Amino acid sequence: MAEVLVYVDHVDGAVRKPTLELLTLARRIGEPVAVALGSGAEATAGTLAEHGATRVLTAEAPEFADYLVVPKVDALQAAYEAVSPAAVLVPSSAEGKEIAARLAVRIGSGIVTDAVDLEAGEQGPVATQSVFAASFTTRSRVSKGTPVITVKPNSAPVEAAPAAGAVEALSVSFSAQATGTKVVSRVPRESTGRPELTEAAIVVSGGRGVGGAENFAVVEALADSLGAAVGASRAAVDAGWYPHSSQVGQTGKSVSPQLYIATGISGAIQHRAGMQTSKTIVAINKDAEAPIFDLVDYGVVGDLFEVVPQLTEEIKTRKG
Amino acid sequence: MSLRIVVCVKYVPDATGDRHFAEDLTVDRDDVDGLLSELDEYAVEQALQIADEADDAEITVLTVGPEDAKDALRKALSMGADKAVHVEDDDLHGTDVMGTSLVLAKAIEKTGYDLVVCGMASTDGTMGVLPALLAERLGVPQVTLLSEVSVEDGVVKGRRDGDTASEQLEASLPAVVSVTDQSGEARYPSFKGIMAAKKKPVESLDLSDLEIEADEVGLEGAWTAVDAVVERPARTAGTIVKDEGEGGKQLAAFLAERKFI
Repeated sequence: MAEVLVYVDHVDGAVRKPTLELLTLARRIGEPVAVALGSGAEATAGTLAEHGATRVLTAEAPEFADYLVVPKVDALQAAYEAVSPAAVLVPSSAEGKEIAARLAVRIGSGIVTDAVDLEAGEQGPVATQSVFAASFTTRSRVSKGTPVITVKPNSAPVEAAPAAGAVEALSVSFSAQATGTKVVSRVPRESTGRPELTEAAIVVSGGRGVGGAENFAVVEALADSLGAAVGASRAAVDAGWYPHSSQVGQTGKSVSPQLYIATGISGAIQHRAGMQTSKTIVAINKDAEAPIFDLVDYGVVGDLFEVVPQLTEEIKTRKG
Repeated sequence: MSLRIVVCVKYVPDATGDRHFAEDLTVDRDDVDGLLSELDEYAVEQALQIADEADDAEITVLTVGPEDAKDALRKALSMGADKAVHVEDDDLHGTDVMGTSLVLAKAIEKTGYDLVVCGMASTDGTMGVLPALLAERLGVPQVTLLSEVSVEDGVVKGRRDGDTASEQLEASLPAVVSVTDQSGEARYPSFKGIMAAKKKPVESLDLSDLEIEADEVGLEGAWTAVDAVVERPARTAGTIVKDEGEGGKQLAAFLAERKFI
């Protein structure tokens, strides 16, 4: 069976969930061979093996942390040359897409980004994408070279599928470009203790109707009762009520959770572009005419400061 | 010495319009009015600010697209760019991101550059890979997804806010930069700017000017194929209740029914 390269997104050896989802998809088209780079690379092997990686290629070098993107491209290219895979799958993070794009140029291949599903096809893997604010679904494939495909979080279930996961050291020689962009300093984002927005199964977002930074506590309390991530509309971010890293929408993050709860958000097209593929959509808004209600599975027309705290209390009660 | 800045922009269908695909499954560009991609306005703005800080700088705004794409160039010129390059060729219809990056890279090399500035993504395809593709093709550093950018003494510096960390980056020119919508509000063209833009030069280039063969681009030459496009069915109308004092509890019951609680 053909091998499929899976680029591993991890933080010091802790594999991020989108990579485990990729392994599920990779098994549909071949035998997953994982590529883990940088500090903690070998520590990823156990988790990757549990989720279907037959081999785990690892490389550690200071270049991966000290310079932007290119050293990782050099390593992924080395893995590509060592394995000759049927496809290369990369998580659709900002960095993942850049790594995938540069690899595609080097190996003369096409690239499909932001797939939300992947299947084996007669002419190679077929990627489903959701485009134009999720108003269309397309089925695309790479027609030249080895398919390089990036996949969005929450596109597949995480499934246990124990495999050998044999760790092998990957030999990488860095290109002249590898040291072109220096990372002068790095400040880790302060953890909110909540799930990462793009990966979360449930997202609770606040918009203009929240009315102020301090009022986001109401949104956060609901999120915490559900173990959800907190998002914000552009209006709320532009007003300075919530950080840009939490912005959901066309110029912010695109999310596709199992459940999306919009509070005080009217649902401008720019916001809908970032959340319309959510599986279940719920909105709470005072304005019965708000366009968000056209999208919802369940909507409450009412004051969010009445409805949301009541909902939060009820969830806590039900969860006991 | 003059700092040569090339800003890559895209003419995109207005996202507030009803966007569609044509019969050949390419984006139907006649269906909806186009405009300069909002995210590229931030790139033009940062280029203007970098030019203001430089002793001497020239900003060329570059696009690939049909005749109408000149509108995007005019907008950028009216904001303050100095000149424009428009790559237009019938054989470009259906070109995918790999082909577009090839055309842009050749046009950038032909124009001459010290710094290439791009938006973080287009608002139609939203791939966000073009800046990295350009850096790879041009063989220069990528300093991408910056929320702050500056150029001094031949070095570009910027801040990249990622999922897990905020990084300060640095690279020597020539380089490719992309900026996010956090880099600073884009200016509105003034009346004077709009009038001045009409007199600014727009150079037209075709594939032969760039020594690109027709079969390297276009729908036939694309590295990817779209096999099917399906309009998403309208969502079935959901349940909407008016809060009469029990709205939160009713919603909790719905969430429990769907097994979210």
